[in-house]
Amino acid sequence: MSIVETSADDAKNDATGRFHPNLLGRRTPIAIISAIATTVPAIAVIAVLLVLLSKALPAIKYNGVHFLTSTAWNPGNFYANPVVTNGVEHPILAKYGVWPLLAGTLESSIIALIFALPLSVGAAFIVAKKLPPRLRSIASTFLELLAGIPSVIFGLWGALTLGPILSKHIYPFFAHHAPNIIFFRLFRGNTGNGEGLLTSALVLGIMVIPIIASTTRDLITAVPRLTEEGAAALGFTEWEITRKVTFPWISAGVIGATVLGFARALGETMAVAMVSGAVLGTVPHTIYSTYSTIAAAIVTQLDSALTDATGLAVETLAEAALILMAVTLLANVAARYLVKRVSSTSLPIGKGL
Amino acid sequence: MSYQISNHKKRSTSRRLANGVVLTLSSIALLAVIAPSIWIVFQILHKALPHFGLSVLTKSGVGLDGGLKNEIIGTAVISIGVVIVAGSIGILSGIYLAQYAKGRFASILRAASDILAGIPSIVLGYVGYSALVVGFHWGFSLGAGVITLSVLVMPYIAKTTEVALRQVPINYIEGAEALGFKPTRILSRITLKTALPGITTGLIVAMAISVGETAPLLYTAGYSQNLPKLTITHSPLGYLTYAVWTFYNQPNKTALQLSYDAGMVIMVLILLLIGISRIIVAQTQRHAETRR
Repeated sequence: MSIVETSADDAKNDATGRFHPNLLGRRTPIAIISAIATTVPAIAVIAVLLVLLSKALPAIKYNGVHFLTSTAWNPGNFYANPVVTNGVEHPILAKYGVWPLLAGTLESSIIALIFALPLSVGAAFIVAKKLPPRLRSIASTFLELLAGIPSVIFGLWGALTLGPILSKHIYPFFAHHAPNIIFFRLFRGNTGNGEGLLTSALVLGIMVIPIIASTTRDLITAVPRLTEEGAAALGFTEWEITRKVTFPWISAGVIGATVLGFARALGETMAVAMVSGAVLGTVPHTIYSTYSTIAAAIVTQLDSALTDATGLAVETLAEAALILMAVTLLANVAARYLVKRVSSTSLPIGKGL
Repeated sequence: MSYQISNHKKRSTSRRLANGVVLTLSSIALLAVIAPSIWIVFQILHKALPHFGLSVLTKSGVGLDGGLKNEIIGTAVISIGVVIVAGSIGILSGIYLAQYAKGRFASILRAASDILAGIPSIVLGYVGYSALVVGFHWGFSLGAGVITLSVLVMPYIAKTTEVALRQVPINYIEGAEALGFKPTRILSRITLKTALPGITTGLIVAMAISVGETAPLLYTAGYSQNLPKLTITHSPLGYLTYAVWTFYNQPNKTALQLSYDAGMVIMVLILLLIGISRIIVAQTQRHAETRR
C-alpha cells in the first residue's frame, strides 16, 4: 500500500480513468445521494468554524489584542464573585496570553523539521536508489509501521523511555560542554527529567518522518530515467546526479511534503502533551525547558477550564484553537499548492496512518 | 602533462570521497529512520509482556487496577460506529468526486474535504465537546465520540475511494455500456466491484486510525469502567487510548502496567489491520498481473 500516489500514477489515471460523460447517469438516485454526502465535509468545516467563533467571541472581547503577546496564563479567582469587563463576565484577575503556547508550537515544530528533513531525504535516497527491490519493500514497511503508530504511543515511549535516557546520558554532555555564547547558550542549563522542548521536538520529528520520507521516495522513483542516465554518461558520481539532476526535479514536492509534515507537527496533541512537561505561561528559554503547545494545552486544560463558572477559561481555549487552526490551515494550503505542482492526488497523509 | 593527470586524479578522488560520504550519511539516516519504529514496538512489548495475563483481557477496570475488557469493547464499538458513519458518507462522496463532480461546485467540495483533513484532531474534539456534548445535551456519549471521530476520518475514506474508482480502466465501463448496461448498473456491477479492494483498504486504514486516536475522544466519549451500553447518548464509554493517556503517570504501579498493556493491545490491533490491508493490496496486484 503506497500511502502517497506518485505523479506517474496520476498520468496513468488521466489516460484511463476519466469517464465518458454519457456513462455518468447524472440524475440517477445514487448521483443525487452521493452529491448530498459530499456536502457533509463542507458542512462540517463550516460548523467547526461557527462553533469555534461563537465560543471564542467573549474571550476575544475580554482578552483583546494583548492575547497574542501576553505571557500570562492566569484563570483568575474562581471563588470570588465574577466581574464584568467589556460586557464579558469573568473571574476576577483572569488574564490570558497565547504567546508562550504559540511560540512553543512553532519552535517544537521547526526543531522537529530540522531533524526530520535531512534524515527523511537521506533515507529516501538510499531506499529509492540503492536498495534491491526486496529490501526496498521491507524499508517501506517500516516507514508504514512508523506512520501507523498512534500519537499516544509515541507519547508513552517519549515520556517513559526516550526522555529519561536522553536526560541521563546525552543532555548533560551538551549542557556541560556548550559554550556560553549566543545560540549555544540555549544548550546550557538544567536538563530536567527529559520532558521538554528538545525531547518532544525529537518525538515530533520521528512522527513526521514517514510523511516526508515516503513522498520523497516516490518522487525520486518518478524522476525520468533518461535525464539521470544522461548525467551518468557524462561521468557524474551518484551524489552529483542526485544533487544536480534528481533534487532540482523533486525539490518543490519535497518542500510541499515538509510543509505538510510541519502542519502535522503543529496540530499534534497527545505526544506533545505527554512529553512537553505541559507547563503554561513561560516561553521556553533553553532547549530543555518544559513548555506546552496550543494543541497540548487544550487537551490538558479543558478539564480544569470547565470549573470556571463564567466560562471564560473554556472560551479562551476556543480562541487559542482558532489561532492554531489559522496557522495549520496556512501551512496546509501552502503544502497542497506546492505538492499539486508535481502531483495532483495528494492523499491526506499524516493523519495517523 | 603529468601534473594535469595527477590533478585530475586528485579531483576524482575528492569526488568519489564526497560520494562515499553522502552514501554513508544517507545509510545512517535510513537506519535512524527505521530504528524508532522497532524500538517503540519492542519497548511496549518488553514492558507489557512480563506481567500480561488473560485476566487483562477478560476483566474490566477497577479504579487504577483490573483489566481492559471495557476499553477493548469500547474501542471496538467506536471503530465499528466510525466505519458505518464515516464509511457510508466517505464512500458516497468518493463516488461523487470520482464520477460526477465537475466545475466550481465540485472543486469547492474537494477543497472543503482537504481543509477538514488538515484540522488538528484536538480542535475537532473541542468542537465535538461544545456542540454535541454540551450544545445538544448528549453528554459524554458513544454518539458524540463516533461523530467527532467520523468527521476526522471521512476525508481520508473519500480520498481513497476516489482514487480507487479513478483507477478502474475505462475499457471495462465502455464494454459494459456496449452490452447495454444502465449507468447505475455499471456503477454497482463494474466500477464499484473493480474498485472494491481499494475502498476496503481505505476503510481498514480508517479503522486503524479510530483505534489509535485519543484527542477527539477524550471530551466526547468521556470514560467509563462499565461495559459500553449501546445507547447513542448519555453513555460514556472507555477506550484503549484513554487507558494509555490516563494511567501512564499515576503513582500506582498497576496503573502503569495497564497503560503499557493498553499500548500493546493497540499496537497489535493496528499491526493486524495494516497486515490485512497489505494482503488485500498484494492479492489484487497479483490478480491484476495475471489478467494482463
